[in-house]
Amino acid sequence: MPDMHVAAGAIAPIGHGSTTGVDVERIALYGLLGVMALLFLMPVYVMVVNSLKPLDEIRTGNLLAFPHHWTIQPWLTAWSTAQIGVQPTGLRPYFINSFLLVVPAVTISTLLGALNGYILTQFRFRGSHLLFAAILFSVFIPFQIVLIPMAMTLGLLRLAGTVTGLVFVNVVYGIGFTTLFFRNYYAAFPVELIRSARIDGAGFFSVLGRVLLPNSAPIIIVTVIWQFTSVWNEFLFAASFSDFSSFPITVALNNLVNSSTGVKEYNVHFAGALVAGLPTLMVYLLSGKYFVRGLMAGSVKG
Amino acid sequence: MKAGFLPKLLLSPSAFLVLICVYGYIMFTVYLSFTTSTMLPAYDLVGPASYQRLVGMYNWQVSVANLAIFAVLFIGIAGTLGLTLAILIDQKIRAENAFRSIFLYPMALSLIVTGTAWKWLLDPGVGLEHSLRSLGWESFRFGWIKTSELAIYCVVIAAVWQTTGFVMAMFLAGLRGIDSEQVNAARVDGARASQIYRRVIIPQLGPIVVSAFVILAHMAIKSYDLVVALTNGGPGRSTWLPSVFMYQYTFTRNEMAIGAASSVLMLLVIGAIVLPYGLREMRAARDA
Repeated sequence: MPDMHVAAGAIAPIGHGSTTGVDVERIALYGLLGVMALLFLMPVYVMVVNSLKPLDEIRTGNLLAFPHHWTIQPWLTAWSTAQIGVQPTGLRPYFINSFLLVVPAVTISTLLGALNGYILTQFRFRGSHLLFAAILFSVFIPFQIVLIPMAMTLGLLRLAGTVTGLVFVNVVYGIGFTTLFFRNYYAAFPVELIRSARIDGAGFFSVLGRVLLPNSAPIIIVTVIWQFTSVWNEFLFAASFSDFSSFPITVALNNLVNSSTGVKEYNVHFAGALVAGLPTLMVYLLSGKYFVRGLMAGSVKG
Repeated sequence: MKAGFLPKLLLSPSAFLVLICVYGYIMFTVYLSFTTSTMLPAYDLVGPASYQRLVGMYNWQVSVANLAIFAVLFIGIAGTLGLTLAILIDQKIRAENAFRSIFLYPMALSLIVTGTAWKWLLDPGVGLEHSLRSLGWESFRFGWIKTSELAIYCVVIAAVWQTTGFVMAMFLAGLRGIDSEQVNAARVDGARASQIYRRVIIPQLGPIVVSAFVILAHMAIKSYDLVVALTNGGPGRSTWLPSVFMYQYTFTRNEMAIGAASSVLMLLVIGAIVLPYGLREMRAARDA
């Protein structure tokens, strides 16, 4: 191993005060990290290889082995013929439900977050700090505390068991995060830009539309990714407020795995889990940096 | 700029939704917990009877005891492992981004997805026990998930796997922000690497330890999805948590007042952890 670790840096070269034994330490370091990495990758590896095996190969063989006979049948079954609701529809209609839920929920909550962040940072009014604190604390509450009144509200609004109802719920409890993200971003926004736009006669919407939003790409990406991941993965509200026609993918997957009577089709379960996990995994792989930033900024999600 | 009519008007829908659907609903649930609500809400106030029944219930005691075991182990292991990984990654290693991505990717997945993977991995009939035996290790036994006293530890394993990368990312951000002068001074004085970490670096991570504790503790109390996907509360009721208890009593056992009371206790515990932390952070932000 070349001595790249002895390069100048903030606190870089600790770990090797002496020159002897450096290589042994480095080998142990990489060995440990490698073992940990394998442990972290193992569950997804198991899901992938076993989603490509016939069922009897899982029963007689072992979960860690590569498939003998490769097959994509479990994926086809999970996607279009597995029994989840009354009809053997596979996960497809629920996958579509999740998109019908995520697109409006993410769009609306992000727009509201931008608007709230703008108003809370650029305007002064009585109670604004208290209001922000109230919004902030709302992201910490255990959602069990709102389940009963929310179920009654959705019933009154005739939104119980609909995707629209879930959009509403996810927007309401997403506002806290999106407002937090945009508020912190706009609080650090250069004041001169806004002031000079105002001197040029820009009104409320021009400042937002021509000055703030065009310079908000990073925080918009962070917010959209955060909201997409949270809403796509959400389970408690979905399990409480949806029915067979409106289940999102998380509830459908749980039904597939936990309520299957008769033969347990492990390979189909693994394929189904991957179907449910792929959209957020893709987003993570394509935009890891923004995902981590959102996680750090909104690290209160349970 | 002082807010005119328009900004206040445009802020009001969000303010209204949060005030009603968070704080209004909290008050409503607190109210229900003092009534005799069963399948449908009832509005007769009967005092703290639900709370008295709740704390005497065996299922509630099991749920609380499980939460205690789960929270202590989850916070302790995910915290320690996350700090360890952050220190390992902070040694100017190659492929740092690849390692970070591998440790963090579980956070992008739904707990229902990872719960499914772990459910079958930990299942003795098909998972690790079955697999290692078929590879020739005939005496290998790992059936915790089917054993009432041990199944809660399976929830810990899956939750630690899911969250450790996140703790690592928090600590790594902290390590990168450490005052390098003190570290260099310690090194000039001939301190060993382990001493530098113990005496200089880790003490400076104090605020991050507090944040990580608050976040992990609140995650532990809210944990619901993972238990449902992994064990569905079983075997029997041996992996129930207060979140599972609340759902079961409210929606399947028609004991709404008991369910409401249990969610109020969950909120109180989270509030007791989060509010002091939040107030301190806000004060710090104002003084800065």
